[in-house]
Amino acid sequence: MDISKYIELVFTDYTLRTITLGTAILGAITGMLGSFAVLRKQSLLGDAISHAALPGIAIAFLITGAKDTNTLLIGALVSGLIGTFWIKNIVTKTHLKSDTALGLILSVFFGFGMLLLTFIQKQPNANQAGLDKYLFGQAATLVESDVWMMAIVTGICLMVMLTFWKEFKILLFDADYTKTLGFNTKTIDILITVFIVLAIVLGLQTVGVVLMSAMLLAPAAAARQWTNSLAKMVFLAAVFGAFSGVFGTAISASQNNLSTGPVIVLVASVFVGFSFIFSPSRGLLFKQIRVIKNRRDLELHKTLAFMYHIAETHENTSHPHKIKLLNNFHGYTKSTLQKLVDKNYVKINGSMWSLTETGFETAANLYTKQETEDE
Amino acid sequence: MRNESKEDIKPSTASERVFAVKVDDLTVAYNYKPVLWDIDLEIPEGVLMAIVGPNGAGKSTLIKSILGILKPIAGSVTIYGKPYEKQRRLVAYVPQKGSVDWDFPTTALDVVMMGTYGSLGWIKRPGQKEKKASLEALEKVGMLPFKNRQISQLSGGQQQRIFLARALVQNASIYFMDEPFQGVDATTEIAIINILKELRRAGKTVIVVHHDLQTVPEYFDWVTFLNVKKIATGPVKDIFNDDNLTKTYGINYQVSIQE
Repeated sequence: MDISKYIELVFTDYTLRTITLGTAILGAITGMLGSFAVLRKQSLLGDAISHAALPGIAIAFLITGAKDTNTLLIGALVSGLIGTFWIKNIVTKTHLKSDTALGLILSVFFGFGMLLLTFIQKQPNANQAGLDKYLFGQAATLVESDVWMMAIVTGICLMVMLTFWKEFKILLFDADYTKTLGFNTKTIDILITVFIVLAIVLGLQTVGVVLMSAMLLAPAAAARQWTNSLAKMVFLAAVFGAFSGVFGTAISASQNNLSTGPVIVLVASVFVGFSFIFSPSRGLLFKQIRVIKNRRDLELHKTLAFMYHIAETHENTSHPHKIKLLNNFHGYTKSTLQKLVDKNYVKINGSMWSLTETGFETAANLYTKQETEDE
Repeated sequence: MRNESKEDIKPSTASERVFAVKVDDLTVAYNYKPVLWDIDLEIPEGVLMAIVGPNGAGKSTLIKSILGILKPIAGSVTIYGKPYEKQRRLVAYVPQKGSVDWDFPTTALDVVMMGTYGSLGWIKRPGQKEKKASLEALEKVGMLPFKNRQISQLSGGQQQRIFLARALVQNASIYFMDEPFQGVDATTEIAIINILKELRRAGKTVIVVHHDLQTVPEYFDWVTFLNVKKIATGPVKDIFNDDNLTKTYGINYQVSIQE
């Protein structure tokens, strides 16, 4: 299927339009809130919350007998919040560390959820089929009302975030200090956490319990690579998340039978991989290039300094010396010599070299200014 | 019981002195064992005070409990005679540098601006006035050229100065600092102590958790010895002696204070 045709289909085809919009909004809100989770070093909280939501879905079905999405997601929300609350309590009231608490709640709730699911499947009620879609998500089941729901929650979340931006930022950076300024840190903390839980619950239908945390972390981790500003990071994470949704949906729609959730997560991880390597300031590639370049500069400077020490002994600093002399110096190579000539620090005449005036000046001032420039 | 110090100061001022900070019967425990036991502490206005004591003596805990970051089991704290909660605006805090993640995506100026958040209150954003105050604070600590630097690209000493600037911008009367000299070079240490002395000259009260006993007489005029219990508190010249050091550190401490 060619691209223009696909784009046309996105606008005309009801199902495709709904799914594309839904996954885009979902990606945006999870990316946004994921930034907060990542910066609070609570990356795994998302994983625990999404797994903790499973028993809620099962219980909501057992109580109501209905498979209506909103009812099930309210169940998910309740058990997700209970899970989160327990995690926080375990961390504050026992000696256990937060990773242990997260792991514990994740496995206990997920185990209980799976138990309930198998119990439901054994029941004669014909309605039970399809609850397991919440494990890996099924974007195809999205309908317009689901998308509306996502849009409204995202809108509220955006408004709250903009209103309490200052409070969110300072809590993320320095919670103790925030307390001394008189802010009720518990309130801010609850606001952030509740929105993270909401975003996760919204994504369960599309991406599923198992992969949901990737939606929270991947766009944020990718965005962090490109900027040193919190506002830009949150914005970029939302954009990356939204694009992961759109591209993921496109790939899964044009390749038959590829399920959407995992494809979206894979697209998001491509963003992460690309950002880790190619980001100009934090990426591995440019970091490596800078290391190599610095090393070369240092070698060059060392050679120049060595020449300077030889030239220094003569009254005429431009007095020529044999190139052979340089051979007892470790860092010297033909190419470094050539580079020094290119920079007009050194002149070569047959087998002799001499420092130019600029070369002498530069060598004399090498690294003496460094300290003052730095402080 | 070394209470002479308090008598020393009283006659020089009004008879019923209101202390900058007054701590009564403060007891803090993390689990079962108390970290601070029954601390009574009166800090007069305008002193530059060091809190000294061995590791685990509860120095940071004392500051954090006074500031309400930790909840004490018992005891009360008053700032200029009123409960701390009502006097927050008068108090600024410089936490330990290691207590935050310096890779956080923000700039030096942004961190200093956080010092204005308290007086702004909820929701209201910092404007030109707050920015100007923050730039002045940056200038005071010699960090103005670095205002737009990502904070991870600052050296340890520079990060400490940023924290100091953030407290300065609060324009408080009482400053609590948790080991501001930890891991900074000699230049920064001198720069910081000069600012602290300037604060004292301006009539502010500065309370510093300090580790380097050698510099206590040079930097501070007031000192509190702490080891779970309060050992002594008072002017450095009166109480900074081998006797109190030995009581605080347990061993026979051989610091020759005055050569």
